[in-house]
Amino acid sequence: MELELRGITKRFPGVLANDNVNLTIRTGEILCLLGENGAGKSTLMNIMYGLYSATEGQILIDGEVVEFNGPGDAIAAGIGMVHQHFMLVPVFSVAENVVLGVEPTKGPGGVLDFEEARRDVREISSQYNLEVDPDAIIEDLPVGIQQRVEIIKVLFRDAEILVFDEPTAVLTPQEVEEFFGIVRNLKADGKGIIFITHKLKEVLEIADRIAVLRRGAVVGEADPETATEKTLAEMMVGRPVVLKVDKKPAQPGDVVLEVQDLDVLNVHDQLAVNQVSFEVRKGEIVGIAGVQGNGQTELVEALTGLRESVAGTVKISGADFTNASPRAVHHASVAHVPEDRQRSGLVLRFTLTENFVLDSYYDEPFSHGVRMDWDRSRQEAVRLIEEFDVRTPSSEVMASNLSGGNQQKVIVAREFGRDVELVIASQPTRGIDVGSIEFIHERIIEERDQGAAVLIVSSELDEVMALSDRVLVMFDGRIVAEKRPNETTNAEIGLYMAGATSDA
Amino acid sequence: MSDQSQPPIPPEVSDEEGMSAFFKDLTGAGQRFNWRANLLVPALAILSALIVGAVVIAFGDLDTLKLWGSDPGQAASDTINRLVDAYAALFEGAVGGLGPISETLTRAAPLILAGLAVAIGFQAGLFNIGANGQMLIGGMFALVVGFQFDLPIFLHIPIGVVAALIGGAIWGGIPGYLRAKTGAHEVITTIMLNFIALRLVDYLLTVDFFQLTGRDDPVSKSVLASARYPKLIDFINARYRVHLGIIIAILAAWFIWWLLFRSTIGFEFRAVGANPDGAKYAGMNVVWLIVAVMAVAGAMAGLAGGDQVLGTLGRATPGFVGVIGFDAIALALLGRSHPFGVVAAGLLFGGLAAGGQNMQASTDVGVDIVQVIQALIIVFIAAPALIKAIYRVRADTEAAQVSQGWAT
Repeated sequence: MELELRGITKRFPGVLANDNVNLTIRTGEILCLLGENGAGKSTLMNIMYGLYSATEGQILIDGEVVEFNGPGDAIAAGIGMVHQHFMLVPVFSVAENVVLGVEPTKGPGGVLDFEEARRDVREISSQYNLEVDPDAIIEDLPVGIQQRVEIIKVLFRDAEILVFDEPTAVLTPQEVEEFFGIVRNLKADGKGIIFITHKLKEVLEIADRIAVLRRGAVVGEADPETATEKTLAEMMVGRPVVLKVDKKPAQPGDVVLEVQDLDVLNVHDQLAVNQVSFEVRKGEIVGIAGVQGNGQTELVEALTGLRESVAGTVKISGADFTNASPRAVHHASVAHVPEDRQRSGLVLRFTLTENFVLDSYYDEPFSHGVRMDWDRSRQEAVRLIEEFDVRTPSSEVMASNLSGGNQQKVIVAREFGRDVELVIASQPTRGIDVGSIEFIHERIIEERDQGAAVLIVSSELDEVMALSDRVLVMFDGRIVAEKRPNETTNAEIGLYMAGATSDA
Repeated sequence: MSDQSQPPIPPEVSDEEGMSAFFKDLTGAGQRFNWRANLLVPALAILSALIVGAVVIAFGDLDTLKLWGSDPGQAASDTINRLVDAYAALFEGAVGGLGPISETLTRAAPLILAGLAVAIGFQAGLFNIGANGQMLIGGMFALVVGFQFDLPIFLHIPIGVVAALIGGAIWGGIPGYLRAKTGAHEVITTIMLNFIALRLVDYLLTVDFFQLTGRDDPVSKSVLASARYPKLIDFINARYRVHLGIIIAILAAWFIWWLLFRSTIGFEFRAVGANPDGAKYAGMNVVWLIVAVMAVAGAMAGLAGGDQVLGTLGRATPGFVGVIGFDAIALALLGRSHPFGVVAAGLLFGGLAAGGQNMQASTDVGVDIVQVIQALIIVFIAAPALIKAIYRVRADTEAAQVSQGWAT
C-alpha cells in the first residue's frame, strides 16, 4: 500500500497551517516527520486521519484519490493513529479497550463476545512480541504498556500504515529502546510507519527516510545515513543552532534550599514523595531527572506551597518554609516556573500585562490599596517583553494568542524579572521551539551566575544533563542517585530512572 | 465536512477543558471586547428572535389560519396586519413617549441589578442561579428597615439600601461558603435556597410582625414614605412611576465594572474564574474568593429585591420578585457578563416587558410572546455558530492571526 499526500494546504482563518505539503509513505518503511511544535505536524496528521479536511490538495491511496470524512474512513482505508495522549478508558481492561467501537458479537442478539476479543488481543500481542495481558486494567499499567495497548488497538483495526504522534515523550530511555524494537517488528511485518517527533537522536536511530516540516511546509528530506543532529536541527529551525549549553563551572556557596525527609501525598492520597532529602546551594544548578509521574510534580508543589507535605521540613535560606503559602514562598524571592504553563502558569484569557502581574498585583507599585495601577503594570509588561524578547504585537494581547515558546518566556520573565534567590523550574522548556529553549537555558544559567540557587525538574534527560551541575534521579518517590553530569552517562542515569538502585 | 464547520481554534487555546471553554464562550466571561462577539452576535440574536417570534405570532391565530384555505390573499394581509400591529404596540409600549420609557426604566432597574448578580458569578466561573432567592431575602431585610424605623429620608433610604445589600450578601454567601468548604455545587445549593427563600417569605408574611394589620392574606406592612425611593418624573404625570432604583442600578453597574476591571479584588475574581489553578499558583486565596464572589453577587441581587420593596411595590407580597432572578440569567448571557452589557440587556428586557403589556392590552397577542422572544434570544446567544452560519458572519479571526504572525 502507498499513501500519498499531494499538495496539501490547510488554512485556518488567518493561519496557514500546512503549505502545499507533498509526502509519500509506503508499507515496509519508517518515515520520520520532524518539526518543531507548531510546525504543522499535527494538523497534517489530522488531515491524513480524517479529523480535518484539507483546504487544497488530495490524499491518494495506491494512486487513487480518496476522501476522508472522519477517522472512520481513514481507519477503513488502513490508517491507524497512536495519539500522544492515549485514548484509553482507564477502568476498562485491555481487551475491552481494544475492541471498543468494533466489538465482536456472537449469536442473534448481538451479544458481546469477550472471549473472541481476548483471543484476538493475545494473538496480536504474541505476533509482535508485545506481551500484553488482555485482562489487565488500563489504569494499573505503566505508560509504556498502555502505549502497546494503543498499538494493538490500531492493529486490531487492520491498519497498514501506523502514525505515531510523539510516541517517546512519556517513556524512559529503556522503554524507548523496547518501543523501537516493536516499531522494527512492525516494519518487518510490512507495516508502514509515520513517526512524528522533534527529537533528533531518535530520528537518526529509527528512520528510513526523514521529512522536515517548518512553518507548515516540507523544507526538505534528509537521509539518516548522512544527516547529523546538527544538520537536522538547522533544517528544522531554519538557522544554525547551538546544541550544547555553554556554562562556566559552578561556584556553589551557602545552602539556600534545604529539604529534609520530605513526605508528600498525591491526589489519590498515596505516598508520592518518600523521605526525600537534598539541598541546593547558591550559584549551582541541581537537576532532578526521572520519568514523569515519579513524584517530581508533588515534590515541586510541596516546595512552592501548592501541596501540603505530611512529614519532613523545607528550609529556604535557613528559615522554615514547610507548608508555607505560595505567597510566602514568592515573598522569599523564589521564582517558580510551573510544570504546566497553561494550567497554572498563565491565565490564558488574560492579557500579557495581567499575566505579568499575576503574582505581584496586590503590592506596590502595581496597585495602591485595592486600586489596580494598570498604567504602571503596562510599563512593567513592556519592560519585560523587551528584556525577555517575548514576540507579541503588544502587551494587551491575550496570552492564549502567543506560541508556546513565547508563553513560556512570559512566565520566565515574570519570575526572573525581579531579584531572585532561588529558582524552581519544572519542565522549563517542554514543547517549545528551539529558539526559546536556547533563550530560557541562557537565562537560567545567568540566574545561577548571578548567585541564585537553581532547581530544575525535567523529564528531558538531555536537558537535565546539559544544564545541571549536580543531577539527582527520582524514581518511585525517592531520590535514587546523585551524580555529576561529567562523571556519568545518559545510559547510567537511564538505568536509575528505570528503578535500578545506586550503589553510591 | 465543510471548512466552516471546523473550529478555528489555535492550538495554544485548545488545551482548555472542553466544558469550561464552552462555559466561558457562552457567558463571555473574561473575554476582551470584540465587536463581533459583544455587539454583532447579540444584535443578530435579537433580530433572529424577533423574526422567529413573528412566525409564532402569525401562526398563533386560529381564525387566520383557517382563512388560508378559503382566501389566502385575505389571510396573508390579516397576518401581516396582525404582525405589524403587535410589533408596533410592543415598540410603542417600550419607547413611545415618556410614559412607556418610564415603565421600561422601572422594569429595567431590578433586571439590571439581578443581571449583575449573575454576571459577577460568570466572571468568576460560578453559576449563580440563586438571584431570585437573594432578591427575596434582600427585599425582606429592606422591608423591615422600611416599616420598622422612622427616620429622616436622607438616612432611611441609605439604611434600607444597606439592609438589602446585607440580606442578599448573606443569602449569596451561604452557597459560596458551602462550595468553598464542602464542594457542594452552587447550582444545586442556589436553586434550593431559592425555594427556601420563597417559602420563608410566604411564612413571614403571615407573621404579625410583618403582616399588614387587619389583613388575613399574606401582605406585608407598607414601607414608610421616608424609605420609599422617590419617583423621578411624577411631577410631569403622577402615573409615571420610574424611581430612584434605575439610578441605583446604573451606579451599581458602574461600581461592579470598577470592581472587576480596576481593583485587585476584581482581578482575583476574574483570575479564579478564568483559571482557578493559575489563581492558586499566584498565591490567591481561592476558598475565600468563592465566598466573596457569591456574597457580592448576592448583594447585587439583594439590591434588586430592595428596588421592588422600597421602590416599585412599597411592600412585600408572596413571591414579590416574580421571575426576575431567572430572567437575569438570560440577561447576563445576552450582556456577555459585562456590567455595561448587562445594563444594555436590562434596558432591552425592561422594554420588552413594558411593551409586552401594551401589546397585550391593545392587540390580541398575549404578553407571553415576550417570554418566547426572550427565550429565543438566549437560544441564539447560546448557539453563536447558528447566528454565524445564518448571517455568514466570518468566524473570529483575530486570535488566529496574532497567533500565526507572532509564533516564532
